[in-house]
This record gives sequence, structure tokens and C-alpha cells, in this order.
Amino acid sequence: MVDEAVASLSDVVKSYQMDDVVVPVLRGIDVAIRPAYFTVLLGPSGSGKTTLLNLLGCLDRPNQGKVMVAGTDVNSLSDDELSDFRSENIGFVFQSFNLVPVLTAFENVEYPLVLAGMDPVRRQRRVKRLLEAVGLDERAHNRPGQLSGGQRQRVAIARALARKPKLVIADEPTANLDSQTGAAIIALMRWMQQNFKISFIFSSHDSGLIKAADDLIVLRDGVIQSVRRKPGEAASLTSEFETDDDSGPRWGEDPAATDFSALDDATRPSA
Amino acid sequence: MRMTLSLATRNLLRNRRRSLATLLALAIGATSVLLFGGYSADIKYSLLTGYVQGGGHLQVQHKDFFLFGNGNPTAYGIAGYTRLMEAIGNDPELKPEVRVISPTLQFGGLAGNYEASVSRTVMGVGYVASDVAKMREWNEFGIPPLSPPFALVAAPEDAVIVGLGVARVLLLCDRLGLKNCPKPAVGDKRAGAGGPALPADIMALAEGDPQRPAGAPAAAVERPQIELLATQPRGSPNVAAVKVLAAEDQGFKELDEVTVILQLSQAQKLVYGRGEPRATSIMIQLEHTDSIPDAAKRVRAVLDQAMPGHPLAVLDFRQLNPFYGETINLFNTIFGFIFVLIGGIVLFTVSNTMMAAVMERTTEIGTVRAVGLRQSGIRKLFVTEGFLLGCVGATLGVVLALVLAAIVKSLHLTWLPPGSSTPLPLTIRVAGEYGMIVGTMLGLIVIATVSAWLPAWRAARLSIVDALRHA
Repeated sequence: MVDEAVASLSDVVKSYQMDDVVVPVLRGIDVAIRPAYFTVLLGPSGSGKTTLLNLLGCLDRPNQGKVMVAGTDVNSLSDDELSDFRSENIGFVFQSFNLVPVLTAFENVEYPLVLAGMDPVRRQRRVKRLLEAVGLDERAHNRPGQLSGGQRQRVAIARALARKPKLVIADEPTANLDSQTGAAIIALMRWMQQNFKISFIFSSHDSGLIKAADDLIVLRDGVIQSVRRKPGEAASLTSEFETDDDSGPRWGEDPAATDFSALDDATRPSA
Repeated sequence: MRMTLSLATRNLLRNRRRSLATLLALAIGATSVLLFGGYSADIKYSLLTGYVQGGGHLQVQHKDFFLFGNGNPTAYGIAGYTRLMEAIGNDPELKPEVRVISPTLQFGGLAGNYEASVSRTVMGVGYVASDVAKMREWNEFGIPPLSPPFALVAAPEDAVIVGLGVARVLLLCDRLGLKNCPKPAVGDKRAGAGGPALPADIMALAEGDPQRPAGAPAAAVERPQIELLATQPRGSPNVAAVKVLAAEDQGFKELDEVTVILQLSQAQKLVYGRGEPRATSIMIQLEHTDSIPDAAKRVRAVLDQAMPGHPLAVLDFRQLNPFYGETINLFNTIFGFIFVLIGGIVLFTVSNTMMAAVMERTTEIGTVRAVGLRQSGIRKLFVTEGFLLGCVGATLGVVLALVLAAIVKSLHLTWLPPGSSTPLPLTIRVAGEYGMIVGTMLGLIVIATVSAWLPAWRAARLSIVDALRHA
């Protein structure tokens, strides 16, 4: 077990009831997610990747075992406490983007901050900053239906980062994107992880994503088959993003960031 | 809260056709309730106005007159009634609110048409004609004129008005120029109908006045005379010959068959002869109906002061006319029934709409829950949508009801109340009925909000994982 893990599962068992049949999905999982690392969860369909992410994201509870996230045993939290905990500590990026269609890009990113009760001036400054960071400040007032797939996923990433979470969980974030856009999204998240020192954990089949991973966890039939960790110290959680002034790097300013051109309007569905 | 309201509004606009259908159901429901309520309100005010124009808001009577006086009204006459009227009229508290104070004398007797050899029992009522004329001008609620001008004003002392039924039974229809007044069919040789035949002279009278020149109006000939027989308080009979000025519809067949209206002085002479004249009631008409409780309280105090120990009672028009309360209760019951029916329809419509919205937005519910919205936030969102539907639908309904009520008014339609032969203007009183409008709106808003609660509760209890997996 890794010390100072941002999240960990200990002897976790999870099964689902399908009519009269109990289907085991996770069978005694022990795993730790290192802070500020880019972790990829790999495994064939039905191996339990999404279930494991749901447990790490506090969206579901295990039948057995302990789930620790940001130092808290989340099993002991009530539903409301869990909602608040997720809001404060965890960001989500979904395969189908899952933006609220009636809200603009700006409002989608602002939504978690409204739930947190942040004052409007700070809130708007931070949303502006995040949209700048993902290169969408000029599309702030567009609704999801007016954005391309890549742009929607960038809005979703900005929303996931809005509350400066300790952990971002992304379930196959590039599965609904073409390869170029997917690569650009991976680059963006990698850039976010490096610049804002946030832990990212993905499930994916995307080879590009696997190459970008610091840690690789392979899951098969509900058990961990292998864990490959990139050597190195756990990154400090203190970064510009963690401070209160909301200033920080803008996406694209980092020379390490690669081909972002695919994130432009090229993939927007034609009307 | 602002975000919830904004989200709820946008969600409703998302599926405009469904929201519009729900709003229309709500608006039509609200309109139906308000139109029926407006019609009921009009009936209520028409009845109220009719009763107050005819008998005032309050009446001072012997305490047993209302229950037992019908058998022998003259036994319950109030001696010294003029002193009582002066006391009431001069009371500084009552003076600004009292519009008319007028005595009336009710008696039972017989009316006969000597020429036609017919008679019947009647209920005579003596009025001060000028007071009754003033009372008929009272119109607090803007009802189109109900009562014709009082025919006894400036008429001789021996003039009387009879109910249409009295005129019919006493075979006065042709003499009074009444239309739609059936004549006895008995002994009709032409039709060959059975039954006892009337004497030829009566048939002649019933068929028309042989003395009247052809084509001459009834008013041009001398008024028909009838005889009134009444019993004096000590039991001796008294008879007066009076001239029938007109026959008036009394609103109900039972009253039409017995009513004879005459000048108070004539009635007092008939009943009390040379004795002290009395009145069976003192009618008090107020400026405003709302003043009834205070005025009644004050009149009681004045009575106690002016005539201590006298067994007098103060009754308001609702106590004197139980039909009023029964009618209002009937309409209120129907109104309640209609409201429950409409409320049920609204409940199912809004509930169905919200259920569909929950189904449609399941993934979205999972997303916002994942992002950190509590279960209560989901409930609040859907209940707010129901509330907004209720607000907009009820408001639309009010506007629609106001427009339709105005259209009905402009068409000058009439309706015939049961038991009456005089059509009344059909009006629907929605404008100005703030209590009814606010009550209906609030009722429908509450129903719409409550109907959103079950779908909202279900949405809030969705498993986040299942919701996110929802295709």
C-alpha cells in the first residue's frame, strides 16, 4: 500500500443483484492511488473498471471492505455528507461529457461552485480562469449543443476542476471522440495534472492514454492483475491552483503541451 | 435558489410542446373553475340584491313572528313601532349606515273577485310605497335592474298589486292585459275536454272583458276591483274593496299564488280598523352589506333602550330567507366538486409531465448528483418546476377567464331562473372577485406543486450509478 495515497481500496468486494442472481464484480481489491499522478485503469470489458471508479468516486458503496478518499473513510458518510464530500474532493469527467444541456459552458463550470455556495465575484473569476485554461473563454456563453465533442469534453474537464478537487475520475473520457481530439484531450488533462498537481484516474482502452500514464493498474475479472508504477516521489499538492488567487497557467502556454489544434471546431457536428 | 429557478425555467422550456400541453390543461382548469365561480358569484349577488331590495338587510320583528307569525301575523304586530323607527333613525352610530327604515304589515285573508265569483286565500303585505321604491334603488353589487319600478308609488290608497298566480286564479288576466296567463280549460266545448263546466258568465269573464272595445289596451279601462277579507286581532272580520293596479311576478309560484301588496295605511285600516295601527316588521336597509353584524348589534342595543322588555328580535336577510343560504351552499358544494375534479386532472397531468421529465433527464440527474447536488436539491428542482407550471398555468387561466367573462357580458345573454317567468341577464362575475381568483390560483399552484413531489422524490432516490448508466 502506498503511503499518503489520495484514495485507496482495501479488501473491497462489490457485487450486483440481477434478478435472483448475485453477480460478483470486484473480488477483494486492494489498491492505492498516488496523489498528483496520472493513473490509468486498464482491463477488458466487464473487468470491473467502472465499478472500481464508482467506488473511488463515492458514487457507490462496496458490499465489503474499506474505501478511503482524501483521508476519509467514505463508507461512514451519510448520503448528504457524501454529496458534500464529492463536491469538495472529487471531479468527474464522463465518456458522454454529461454537461447540463440547458446551461451554457460558463454555467456548467460554475454549477459546482454554486452548490458550494461560493460568492459570485470569486466564482465568476474562477470560471473565467478555468475556461481560459481549457481554451474556451470565447465559447463561454454557448450551450453544449452548440459545441463540438472535444469542446464539450474540455468544458467537462473545467467543471471537474472547478472546486480544485484532490482527485479527478474519468471513465473512458476519449471513447466518444475521434483519435485526434482524444489525443488533444489527453494532452489537456496531462497538462492540468502537471500544472495543478491533481490526481487523475482513468479507465480506458486508449493506447495514447496508456502511454501517458504514470501508474497503470490492470484489472481482470474483478481482481487486480498487475500494477505498474512510474518511479518518483509523490508530487506536492501545493500549487498555484491550490492558492486562492486563481491565477495560474493558461492552457497552451506550456511548451510541453502538444497538438491542440484538434480541439477546435473541426469535430463540431454539422447542423 | 436563483440557480434552481433558472434551471427549472430552462428545463420547462426544453420540451416546449409538453410544457405547453400541461400549461393549457392547467389554464383551462383554472378558467373552468373561475367561470363557474363567477357565475355562482353572480347568482349570489343577484339573490342578495333581490332580498335586500325587497326586505332590507335587517328586520325588527316580534321574536316569534318568523316561526309562528305565518298562521296569524296580526297577533304579532309591534305597537309603537314609529317610536322605535325614530330611535333607530336618530341613533348617531346607525345614522350614517342606515339607508331606509320602513314598517310593513303582513296579514292573512281572502281575496275575492265578486264579478267572477272566485276567491282564494292570500297573504297581504302593506308597504310604505315611497320607501319600497327607494329600497329598490339599492344596488351595492352593480346587478342589472331586477325589480320593476314599484307600481304603488303615488297610487291611491286602495290600489293593490297582486301576484301573477292570484291574478290567474281570480280571472283577472285579461283585465290586467297579462300575456302568457292561462285560462281555465274546464268545460271547454271546443276542445271537448272533461271536467266540470264553468258558468257561462265566468267563462265570458275569463275569455275577455265584453265591455272593452276591440283593440283597446287593458290600461285604458277601469282597474278591476277585488275584495279583501281579513280578521282583526279580536277576531271580527273586516272587508276592503281595492283596485288591482298590476300583477307582478313574485319569483316563486308559491308566492305568486298568494301575494297581495297594498299600501301600509290601507292594510292597517283593514286589520286594525280604528284601533292603534301596528307593523309586523320594521325593515332596515343599510348602505353596505358588510355592516350587517355591527348594525344588528347596535339595533339590538337601541331596542333594549327604546322599548325595554319587549320581545323583539333582529333578523338579517339570511335568516329571513333560508333559500338564500341553501342556494349559496348548493353552489359552493358544486364549486367544490368542480374544483376537486379539476384539481384531480391537474394533479395527474402535472405528475405525468414530471414523470416524463424524470425519465428523460435520468442521466442528468446522475450527473448533478455526482457533481455534489444533494437529494434535497433534486427534489427542490422538480418541485420548483411543478410550482412554476402551476403559477404560469393558473395566471393564464385567470386571464382567459377574465376575457371570456367580458365576452359573455358583451353578448347580453339572458337566462331564466327556476320558478321565475322573468329572464335575468347572464353575467359571470370574475373581475373584482379577488378572493375567488387568489383562492383558485393558490389551490391550483399547490396541487401542481404537490403533484410534482412524487416524481421529484423518485428522482432524488435514483441510484447515481444507475442514473449515469441510463441511456
